[in-house]
Amino acid sequence: MDLLTEAFAWLNDPLNWSGRNGVLALTAAHLQVTLLAVLLAGLVALPAGVWLGRARRGGTLGVVVANTTRALPTLALLTLLASAGLFGNTATVLACAVFAVPPLLTNTVTGLAGVDRDVLDAARGLGMSGGRRLWLVELPLAVPLVAAGVRTAVVQVLATVPLAALVGGRSLGSVVVSGFATQRYGQVLAGGLLVAALCLVAEGLLALAQRAVTPRGVRDAARRTGSRRTRRALTAADPVPGVAAAGSRRSNGTAR
Amino acid sequence: MSATDAPPNPWFSWDYVERNADDIQRALGQHVSLTVQAVVLALVVALPLAGVAHLRPRLAGPVVGTAGVLYTIPSLALFALLAPYTGIGRTTVLIGLVLYALLVLVRNVLVGLAGVDPAVTDAARGMGYGRVRMLLQVELPQALPSVVAGVRVATVTTVALVTVGVVVGYGGLGQLMFRGFRSDYHAEIMTATVLCVLLALVADLLVVLVGRLLMPWRAWRVDRAVA
Repeated sequence: MDLLTEAFAWLNDPLNWSGRNGVLALTAAHLQVTLLAVLLAGLVALPAGVWLGRARRGGTLGVVVANTTRALPTLALLTLLASAGLFGNTATVLACAVFAVPPLLTNTVTGLAGVDRDVLDAARGLGMSGGRRLWLVELPLAVPLVAAGVRTAVVQVLATVPLAALVGGRSLGSVVVSGFATQRYGQVLAGGLLVAALCLVAEGLLALAQRAVTPRGVRDAARRTGSRRTRRALTAADPVPGVAAAGSRRSNGTAR
Repeated sequence: MSATDAPPNPWFSWDYVERNADDIQRALGQHVSLTVQAVVLALVVALPLAGVAHLRPRLAGPVVGTAGVLYTIPSLALFALLAPYTGIGRTTVLIGLVLYALLVLVRNVLVGLAGVDPAVTDAARGMGYGRVRMLLQVELPQALPSVVAGVRVATVTTVALVTVGVVVGYGGLGQLMFRGFRSDYHAEIMTATVLCVLLALVADLLVVLVGRLLMPWRAWRVDRAVA
């Protein structure tokens, strides 16, 4: 309990919130790194995922990518990049981008590959060209899964960025790491609370955003066939031991 | 690289491995024992938890939900929350690892149990199986593929996650990575990284083999998890 009071005392001190290494500045840095990493990963993973998903290929590739990045510790990649000369947040952005690719890629592939062939035939029958089919039919239908992928990726990166504090990156993790270094456990606890809160809030907000971007028709259809779709979402993203467990969890969570 | 008078700092150095064999072995041993303990403990907790949640479906939501919230908390934050109470060292790391592995396992066991063919459970009920006996003797064996898939994911993630233990001074191979980073010694980081990835692959393979031994009735043509 004593520590808890210490942690709240730390959180209550306005000096800890302002300034270059204050909570506000660190949160901003944290979010900025996350945004850059997810954008970078999206730039690679989304087009690749659309292409592979439309071709109904890439299941195996997704699994391989997911498995490899899961086996590779974040800390390893961070220390490797950092000592290769990419100090500070450049290393963080690159490392986090690598870990954001699997959920984006696998969910995009599953989303596009899961579009009903009859629907595509109907679209072709209506005289739609390939491009219009993609924009008007396939992408809207894939949105729930793609959005789930984005959400997983963002939360995962938010959770990974703090580790970069160990190799000199600036983020909310810095509070924890410097607390450990100076053996101020109240500060450690406060930092832990801040990081956890950031991730939980982000997760909640993104869940709402995901609902908002899902086309109404898709949402209604999901509600009508509720349980069946849930199960499909589960199988779709679940391992073949590998496909981001996190991804399936979240797509499941939202379908519910 | 740029400075010509700097001592060579290679990424791969057999020399380093030979000279520090003891050190590396200790870190590797620490890593392996932490991983095994965490996964086994998580499995011991997850099976009954998922079983209860399956028998009382109303509990399934809260159980998976709580685990999900725990999983959303980043490892660094979790260690930061635990360390002031459980101290610096092994216990803290182990608790964190078990909590993370738990979610993956509970989810996969539940999915496996829910996926059992209703015809099979009907037949068991017809033969007079009670609810608990059916769970133990019919449903769990049927759910094994999904359980094994979960154990695989949990094992691999745990191997990777152990490294984060450096923040509380007990990170197995992560310890070497961090020290290598501190002293800017490339070979140390690279060796630890390679060992870590290899360890994950070997552990994964072992789990697959155990799974095959447990499920001799399955045709192992394509290694595909049933989710």
